[in-house]
Parts: sequence; structure tokens; C-alpha cells
Amino acid sequence: MSEAVLRRLDELSSNQLSKRLAYMGSIFFLVFFILLPPVLGISLKIGLVGQVLQDAALLDRAKAAIFYSFAIAFGVATLDLVLALPMAWIIARGNSKWRNVMDALADIPFIIPTVALGFSTLLFWSGTGPLSLLGFSVQPGLPLILLLHFAFSYPVIVRVMVGELLAYNVIYETAAKTLGAKAFTIARTVTLPLLRPGLIAAFLLAFARSLSETGATVMVAGVFENGPVFIKNAKDAGLEGPMVLVSFTLIIFSVTVFALIRLLGPRLKLPLNRVLPGLEAKLSSRRTVNMRDGATLAIFALFVLAPSIYITFPALGALTDGTIQNALSGRGIWSEYWQAMALSYTIGAVATIINVVTGLPVAILIARKRLGKLATTVLDAAVNIPIVVPSVALGVSLSFFWRSFGFLPEFWIIVFAHTTITYTYFVQAMAASIEGIPEEMEETARTLGSRPLMVFRRIIVPLTKYSIFSGAILTFTRSVDETGATTAVSQSLKTAPVLLVSWVKHVVPATTSDIALGIAFLVLTSFASLLALRLVVYRRSK
Amino acid sequence: MPSISVRNLTKRFRSLKAVDDVSFEVRDGEYLCVLGSTGSGKTTLLRLISGIIQPTEGEILFGGVDVSNIPTEERNAVYVPQTYALFPHLTVLKNVAYGPLSKEVPRPEAEESALKVLRMVRLDARADAYPNELSGGMQQRVALARGLASGSNTLLLDEPLGALDIRLRLELRTELRRLAKESGLTVIHVTHDQEEAMTIGDRILVLRHGKLQQHSTPFHVYNRPGNIFVANFVGNSNFLEGIVENREVIGSVIRLRENLRVNVADVSFEPEEPVVVAVREEKLSISPRARDDKENRFSGEVEAIHFLGEWTRYTVRLVNGDQVAARVPIGSPVKAVAVGDWVSVSFNPVHTHVYESPTIGLQRELEVY
Amino acid sequence: MPEVRVEGATKAYGAVRALQGVSLTVNAGEYLCVVGPSGCGKTTLIKTIAGIVKPDAGEVYIEGEAATALPIEERGVGYVFQEIALFPHMNSYDNVSYGLMVKGATPRERESPVEEMLYMMGLDGFATLYPRELSGGARQKTAISRALVSGSTLLLLDEPLGALDLKVRTSLRYELRKLVKDLGLTAIHVTHDQEEALSISDRIVVMKAGRIVEVGPPQEMYLNPRELFTAKFLGEANFFTGTVKKYTDHVAEVAVNGSTIMAAAREVTPLKEGERCVLAIRPEFVELVNDPAGGNTWECTVMSASFVGDHFRYELRASNGEVFLSKAAVRGDAAGFAAGDKVYAALPEERLLTFRYPEEGLEKALSLE
Repeated sequence: MSEAVLRRLDELSSNQLSKRLAYMGSIFFLVFFILLPPVLGISLKIGLVGQVLQDAALLDRAKAAIFYSFAIAFGVATLDLVLALPMAWIIARGNSKWRNVMDALADIPFIIPTVALGFSTLLFWSGTGPLSLLGFSVQPGLPLILLLHFAFSYPVIVRVMVGELLAYNVIYETAAKTLGAKAFTIARTVTLPLLRPGLIAAFLLAFARSLSETGATVMVAGVFENGPVFIKNAKDAGLEGPMVLVSFTLIIFSVTVFALIRLLGPRLKLPLNRVLPGLEAKLSSRRTVNMRDGATLAIFALFVLAPSIYITFPALGALTDGTIQNALSGRGIWSEYWQAMALSYTIGAVATIINVVTGLPVAILIARKRLGKLATTVLDAAVNIPIVVPSVALGVSLSFFWRSFGFLPEFWIIVFAHTTITYTYFVQAMAASIEGIPEEMEETARTLGSRPLMVFRRIIVPLTKYSIFSGAILTFTRSVDETGATTAVSQSLKTAPVLLVSWVKHVVPATTSDIALGIAFLVLTSFASLLALRLVVYRRSK
Repeated sequence: MPSISVRNLTKRFRSLKAVDDVSFEVRDGEYLCVLGSTGSGKTTLLRLISGIIQPTEGEILFGGVDVSNIPTEERNAVYVPQTYALFPHLTVLKNVAYGPLSKEVPRPEAEESALKVLRMVRLDARADAYPNELSGGMQQRVALARGLASGSNTLLLDEPLGALDIRLRLELRTELRRLAKESGLTVIHVTHDQEEAMTIGDRILVLRHGKLQQHSTPFHVYNRPGNIFVANFVGNSNFLEGIVENREVIGSVIRLRENLRVNVADVSFEPEEPVVVAVREEKLSISPRARDDKENRFSGEVEAIHFLGEWTRYTVRLVNGDQVAARVPIGSPVKAVAVGDWVSVSFNPVHTHVYESPTIGLQRELEVY
Repeated sequence: MPEVRVEGATKAYGAVRALQGVSLTVNAGEYLCVVGPSGCGKTTLIKTIAGIVKPDAGEVYIEGEAATALPIEERGVGYVFQEIALFPHMNSYDNVSYGLMVKGATPRERESPVEEMLYMMGLDGFATLYPRELSGGARQKTAISRALVSGSTLLLLDEPLGALDLKVRTSLRYELRKLVKDLGLTAIHVTHDQEEALSISDRIVVMKAGRIVEVGPPQEMYLNPRELFTAKFLGEANFFTGTVKKYTDHVAEVAVNGSTIMAAAREVTPLKEGERCVLAIRPEFVELVNDPAGGNTWECTVMSASFVGDHFRYELRASNGEVFLSKAAVRGDAAGFAAGDKVYAALPEERLLTFRYPEEGLEKALSLE
């Protein structure tokens, strides 16, 4: 940008009015493009609900689907919290050599696209997996869904809790030790109570992920139905009424549950009044700790890691049995594949750019509390709504909203859907990063004669550029991975994950090799972008 | 023309008045120390003057001009927070050059003058280092250099020496003042350290709960403290409660507990008024118990003797039950006095100050900062 | 049986040598203060005693038992952190009773000792408040109470008064010592405030760069230090480099910059004729007079004069070129000298401390690193 333009912009930034306009613009975008469409979309078609209410069998199916969505999410989140917490402990408190390895391994189910997880889980537990050697397998249905959701929500807990444990000030534990407390007692009376906000956040994220995930769940559901599966089935059958009903219910219930847990969670009192020194000393002993760690690692290996990476076998197999040639030459079913990949990446790029440009001002408003305490809290909550709501329900609503205008091409509807779903990630990451820069630094820079935009360019951006970059990468990856909303919205266009789901459901004649290879390409490109992220992190931390 | 004028300045945060109706002037080239404890409003005052926050009421004038509509970046008053706020991603040189660069001075020129200032603070050798590689004392000097290089004529320093070791504080104190005076700057230096304020301030402004207590030279603040708070906060004072017995032309007699009588130089209170008499610890003399009674000489038992290095502090319980402390310089120690001995404590009426008895009681008044 | 014994404690963090072979014996019931510049290792030392830091080499004995291999929770030592570290999710009462709870005491059993301690500390009104709701002083006292209630007889305090305002600090430090003595505890108190150390300790330990420089009772260390660094670090001191002309049992005749000074010979540092030496004298012993009074009087010009409330601080340049400080207690209403005045500085023989010239050079010996 030329010097003169920059200077003009800098000057403008001192001007109260122009600053206000910029912020108002970003809030306008948030409200009218991100928040309102999902709400209005459903309301527009609310009349169709009558279709379902009159059909008893359909209504029962719908009710069961909704129930199971929440039951599974709740059960999985609880189980994950209990079983993944010791893993987070091992990673955070272990010595650094092992820590990085464990951290990377535990991250795998989080960073590979859910379609990869779904297919890998399917192969591992049913079909030709290692268990078949022992004589039994888990067929598609509720148990397989539970295993899948357990695996992909596990790393969410680990990630959040490792962060919390590392940021947590160890001095409280040291203080407890000087007062004579042993390890178990300290964990129970000091560390966990202090980490409660983190535990609640981790639980809610795992819960949200389970509630929302569509693509992989469809792959392993068989004839079983939870919310997202039901909606997809209804869409395939062309029944809009059930889609509206279940989406609407999912949205209302999920927002309520989240609010309740958010409000009541902090009030849960853990029993702190008595300590049984003898018992707790035994629980703190080396032996107990080793047993606990051993069990944790075993569970991780069997139920999380193995099912996630199993897909590499058939993928490698595809390299030798001729599938790869078909793939690279675009023969048969593969012709659609490369188109779908291109579409996925284009949508990803566009959605990311929109998020960065419109999300940054909102992140600043939240981080610096420019609007005052109350308004900031409301803004913060509003920004969080898209991840609370299951993506498929969001997609249904957005589809109705934008289609009612008639003129918006399908590509852009999908882009807006992706933008909405990934908006929260970017804004929250940026807000946290900006909050980490003491406001004093900006203030001092201004007193040295810097105009606000210059302060932003010269101080904030250099100090947060890692976060901007990682926020963008996460947004991009999440978009490429997205199945729920895209399934609901797409009519003629198919993104790569949606295409792969249709291959697994045998809508199109794809062999296991085909699917494995298709997924492998998707995973590799995801990995490439996340590897870039890791490198930036590594360089930054030096 | 005063460099900075503050008139009836008030800042409210919800129901709390952080700064309460404060008015004062800072002369061009003056080194003003604002003295107060945490919560006294001194930081808020600096932030108001620099424009980082806006006042609720009142006005601020720079060189006679009202600055309420002038944004921070145009006020030309550099704010140095307690944490220094050095930009971690820029070298020392680039940090110091930041001010001129912001004002569109071409880079080579800006860095040239930055280097010059770094030479003044003797850090030119570390120009290419990053802030986190420097010690606390060095970081402080970089922050100062950054302010000096900005070309501004006003520095607002928030506890500039607070984060440093006591030794370093003593060394850098006078250097700070010297640099400011050499560069002809007007400085407002906020601190909670009253010795610091007295050593380097041309004048001191004492704040408490956002209200101005006294604004005067160090000599006046110390020797004519305007109220109990200042008498207590600056230096070490004894406080004795009593009632005015009678008032003459040249002084009054105050009746303390158990009818112990004290002569004071003050004549502003009427008989029967409850008052508090303040006398600084170093103005009390201690000697082995004397037989005869003289004016302002009282007997008491030594309860404790504390060695403070330059001073020795004697805590004495007077015959009437009041407890006082006397400081004696190590250069002229009191001979042969031990804990449990009876001594005579005396002081000159000229060194007393008399104040209205506080409505919340003396004890509470002294506790609340 | 000494309460604590440290033998040859060594600890390095990468290239930083925090402790270099430190040995110390602390007697039961003693109040010991450890002082030194930041980075000298004083905090590392008490953390080693507590077990928070595991030394690379050396042993720790507590009450005669080898404690080096014991984990923190088994050493039975009360620790007060510089950061206070009260559990934020528990109120005062629960914080203070934590130590007892951990040992298995029921709520009923904990009531009496906790309430007694809170009452003793003046905290009984704050029992239900959370740390964030307490003032700095109350938080400090709660942290101290927490360490005491758990029943340990050894108390380790890391800058326990560091976060407090000056006035609160000076009154609380006497309370702290009194409490420790009343309860018959042994205390090791780390501080950077040497006045604090001088006023409340039985013995002071001065540390520098991971080593113990000197240990001794406060008055001894202040008035007759064996080491140059002690003279520099406790209080302030002027240093003159010179050569010994004559040395007897009682007197050292030293040539300083052309003048001759007589200093009292000190047993702790015998000197030889022709040897280079350093003379130190504290500013408060340098007397300024209008006429020369005899031996050890230098003609000086006052370079700068500050009024610091209870004393004047003068920077002087002698006719022989030496620059040094004098602190004169304010006497009566004397206005003191002003910059430019010609005065005579008397350096009393018995106040001049003799030291051998340090091998590493004077500047290095006196530096804070």
C-alpha cells in the first residue's frame, strides 16, 4: 500500500467517527449475516412442522433421534472427561521429551477430518478390523456411534486441559505441599477446583462436537438415527417438515443445555471438608499413579489412537492395487473427486478471508471491552452461538433463509454456512491473543504520538501475527472438514467430505480402496496445513 | 504560563471517585512528584492527563489550551507505565526511535537521534538487544530514553523505580532528575515512596482517596504537614490525643490523658476542643530520667529498642499511658539506656502540629490509606 | 540441637549459578534474616531448605535429621510465599485450616486452633472473606497464619512484607517478630529491605552471587562489618582507596589521594605497610562543620544538597578530588548547607572501617551482581 494512503488511513483512525463506523460495520455483519439467518430461516418454514405432528410414526422417530443425540453427547462427554483428564495430566506434567510425542498423538483424532475418523472406525471395529481375528465385531449402530464419538471428543478434552494445566500456576500446589498435602489430596482439594472453569469448557466443547458431527456419524450409524442422521435421511427422502422440526428442537435444546451448564456448573460444590490421610497417601503412591497411567494409556491406544490411524492400511493398499492410477487419471468415480476437492479448498479460502476481515474488529471489541462490560458480555455470548448449535441444524436453517431470497447461488450459500460455523473459532482465538497484549502497550504507543491504526499495524499485528495465522489455518481446516451444514445445504454441489460420505454409503460404487485413498488425499492436505501451523508455533516459541 | 493546569478534575468509575475535585498547576520545567499509596488515584491522574481516559468533570489545560478534544497521540505527553511497556518485538534502538517514527521523521534520522539519547543513558552498546535480554534497571533506562527521544516536552512517569532493587532505586533516582533537568522537561513522577518524592521533587502533591491533601515543596510538606494524613504518611510521627486547656498568644496547652500537659506552638483551636498533637519521631529527645520537671519533658519506660542502621528507635510508654517513639541518629547515640529503664522524653513546642480530632477516631484515621 | 543446617548447597539453572556451596547453621528459636541483591540466591536458599528446589549437591538437616531426600510435604516446614499464594477458591478460614485438614483433623477439631490464630492476628472479622476481598495486609497475615497453624516450628518467609505499602510494612514487621518469639519458633526471613532486616533479626546473612558474604548480629554487621560488600549493602557507605603508610595496634595511617587519614585499626582486617587498602565510612558519620577541627578533616565544596525530611543529604567534593556523601540529621531549625558552599568534612577515626583492597578490584567487589 502506498505511503500516502496509509497516512490517510492512519489519520482517519484518530477520528472518532470513522473508528465507530468500522466497528459498527463488523457488528452489522455479525448480526445480519452470521446470527440472524439461522434464526430466521427456521422461523420461515415453521409451518411445515405440521407435516410431522400428524404422522405418529414419523414423530416417534423424530423424538427418538433428538433424545439419542443428547444422551449420546452427554454420556460421551462425561466419559471422555473422566478418561481423558489423566491423559492431559500425563502430557502436561510429564518430562518434555515424551510430552511432545504424546501431545501429537493425542491430537490426531482432532486434526484428521471426521470423515477419515468415521471410515477408519468403521473398518477397525466392524468389517475387516483386527477384532475380527478375535472373532467378534461391532456392527454399525448405536455402539459404533458411541465408540466413534468417544474417540473424536477425547482430544478436545486433552487439548483444553493440557492448556489449562500448563497455564495454571503451580505455586498453589507447592503451597499445599508445604502444608503437608500429598498428591491425591492436592489434586482433589486445590487443582481441580481451580481448574473448574476449564473442565466445564472442555465438557461443553466435547458435548458440542458430539451433538454436531454429521458425516462420520452417518457412516457408522447403519439404521440407527440420532438428530443429524435423521435430518440427512429426511433430506434424502425430500421431507422438509421433519428437517425443520428436528433442527428447531436441536437448536432450542442445545442453547438451553449450554446455558444451564454454564450457569450451574460453577456452583457445583465439591466435597472439601475432610481428608483421609491414610487412604489419600496410598492413592498418591508411585504404584497407584503408575497403574492409573498405564490404564489411561491403554484406553487411549485401543479406543482412540488405533481406530483413528487404522485407515492407513487400506490407504497404503490402494497404492499397490491399481486404485491410485484411477485416482490420478480421474477415471470413473474419481472424476467427481477432484472437482469436489477443488470446491472444498475454494470454499475454505473464501470463508477464511471473510472471517479474518470481519472478525478482527469484533475480536478487538471483545478483547478490549470497548463497549463496556454488559455489551461485551452479550457480544461474547452472541459470537459463541454458532458452535453451540449443531451444524446440520444450522445448515437447514441457512438453506431455507438464503433460498427464500431466490437469487443467491448455491456456492455462496455454502460459503456463508461455512463462514458462520467457523466465525467463532477465529474471533475467540484472536480475542484471547489480543487480551494477552497488555493494553498499556497500546496506550504508551499512543502517547508517543502513534495514531490508533499505526499502533495496530506496528504493535498489535506483529505481536499477534502468529494467532492471526493459526486462527486462519484452523478456520480453513474446519471448513474443509465440514460435513453437517454442507449436507443440509448442498443440492448439486458436493464438497470432498460430502462426496466421501456418499461413497461409504454406497450411493456410488466405490471400493474400500477407493474410499481409503480418497480420504488419504484429504488427510494429507489437512496435515500439510496443520504442519505449517506447527512450524509457525515452533518458531514463535523460540 | 504553567505547562499543565488541572482544574476541578474528577473521574468516577461507577460509584467510586478515583480522582476527586483535584486542582493544581505544574510549571514549565518543573519536576513534580505525586505521592500516595495504592488506590490514592495517582495512576488515574496520570492517565487522565495523558488522555488515555476521559475525565467525568473538570478540565485539563496544556499551555493554557483545553485538551479535552485533543486525542492522546497529539497531546505530546509521554506516559511511561510501571511495567515500562517496552515493545518486545522491537530492538532497543527501534523502541527508542518509535516516537520520532510515529511523527513521520524519516527512519535514518529517527534512529540517529535515538542513538544519541541511548548514549545519554549509557545504553548505546545494547542498541541491538531485545528488551527481554536486559535487566530491570536497563529496561527502565530504555523506557526513559524512549520518552526523551520522542521529542515531547512532558514526561508522565508511573512508579518508574518501583520494580527495582532498593540499591538501584537510590542510584537511579538522582539520575532521573538530572536527565529531566538537562533536557528541560516537565515531569510528573508518581510514587508511593515518600523519601523518593522528597529527594527529587521540586514540589510534592500528596493524594489520598483521589483528594488532594497538600501541594508544596518537600520542606513544607515535611515541616508543615497540612493534616494528620500527611503528617503520618510523610516521615514518622507520633500522635497524641488531648483537649485544648488554654490558649495564649504564642502557644497553647493541650491536656492529654491523665492530665499530662503539652505545650504547643499552635493557636488555632479554642479551649475544650478535642485535638491531636503530632510530633515527629526524630524531634523527640531521650535522656536518662531527670529529676526536675520542665516544659514538654515527660517520664516514661522504655518498651523496646530497635536498631535501624542510621537510626535507633526507642518505643517509650509515658507515665500517662500514651506510647511514643523517638528516633536517635546513630552518630549521636543515647548512652546507657536499655529496655525497661525509665527515661525522660522531651521536645520543643515549635516542632509540634495540632489537628482537629478526626470524627472516625484517631486509630481508624491512621489505618486508612 | 540446631534447628536447621545447610551444608555445601549448590544449585545451577543452566549457566546461572544460583547457589555455590552455601553452608549455614540456624539455631532453634533464632530470627534470621537473609538479604542480598536480586539474583543473589536468597530465595533459592530457603526453597532448598523447604524442598521446593532440589540442590545439585549439598545436604539439608532439619532438627538433626537428614532432610535432603525428603519431599516437600514431609519436611514439616511452614512457608510463606512472596506471591502469598492463598488458595483463591477458599475463604480465609479454610485457607488457614488447610494444613490441619490435610492431616486428617475433622472440622470440629480444627475450630479452636484456627480461631485462636485468627484472633491473635486480628483477622477474626475476615474469616468468611475470600483472598480477592482482602486488603494486602490482611492477605499477608492470612498467609502467615496458614503457615503457622499447621504446627511447624520452622517458618520460612520469602519477602513476606514485599507487597505492602511502606507504613503497613514497618508496623507489621515488628508484629511478625513478636509473634515468632511468642510462639517459640525459628524463622528464616528473606528480604531485600535491609532496614527491615536490621530492625527485627537476631542475625543477618548477607548473600551475593550465590555465596554467603557474611553472617552476624545486626549492629555488628552495620558498625563493624568484615566484608566490603556488607558495608556497601547494609545502609550506605563511602569508599576511599588508599595506601597504608603506617600501621600499629591502634591506628592505621593511610594516604588517600594526597591527603593522610588516620583510621582505627580493626582486628578483623590487619593491614601491612605499603599495602593498598579501602576505607569505608557511612555518610551519617561524616560531620560537616564550618571550621577545620583537627585530624581527618577535608576541605570540600557542596556539589548538591537535598532535604529529605529528617536529614540532609549532601554530595561533596573534597579538595583532594574525592567525591562522597554526607547525611546530616536535621537539628533544630538549621537550614543546612546549599550547593556551592565551602565546608569542612570531619571523618571520625573510629568510624572509618579498614579493608584490604579486593583482588577483583573495588568496582567488582561492590557490584550488585
